[in-house]
Amino acid sequence: MFAAAMAAILTSMAMLLVRAVQGPTVFDRILSVNAFGTKTVLLIAVLGFLTGRPAFLDLALVYALMNFISTIAVLKFTRVGSLAGGQQLPADAQALQGSEAPPETQVAES
Amino acid sequence: MAAILDLSSWICLVAGSFFALVSSLAVLRLPDYYSRIHGAGITDTMGAGLILLGLALQAGISLVTAKLALVLIFLVLTGPTASHALAKAAYRLGLDPVLNSEKDKASSSR
Repeated sequence: MFAAAMAAILTSMAMLLVRAVQGPTVFDRILSVNAFGTKTVLLIAVLGFLTGRPAFLDLALVYALMNFISTIAVLKFTRVGSLAGGQQLPADAQALQGSEAPPETQVAES
Repeated sequence: MAAILDLSSWICLVAGSFFALVSSLAVLRLPDYYSRIHGAGITDTMGAGLILLGLALQAGISLVTAKLALVLIFLVLTGPTASHALAKAAYRLGLDPVLNSEKDKASSSR
């Protein structure tokens, strides 16, 4: 039972890696890495039950936290270019001033 | 009673694995970035919810179930937030969704 769930999770992780390699924009890659992290949390939880060690759930909780923070950090970096505090996001700043400005950068085919 | 718990736990794990596979298949195969965000969001809600519920039915009422509930609460809180952040960051940086009609294209405002 746990082995079947683990096989399904591992297969889905492999499919997400294909999208991470293939994705035409950088956001596809960020998306697939975020989903990969969520699958890792589920994998750690199922592995804890498979090996009979309930302590793995602490690892799963910590990794869920780190995955979310890293996704938000990388997304902030794509918009602002720096992870320092107090930065104002460029498109939001212009929207607050009421001007319809064109977007700051173009999404590169990376 | 134990057989009913085992059976329902097995059903939850299989259903959760099915949703995890469907989610990663959607991330791999859907044509547009914004629809892939929806595909990845299925993991955070249905996939994680059913798999962790199946594991909790195996564990019974104990500290392990409390930790599984904590992991689930965190995934349910941060999954949609990450999806929103991904969509907003890509939209602000100029990634256009693939739309069908001219009316949709004309009414979009950045």
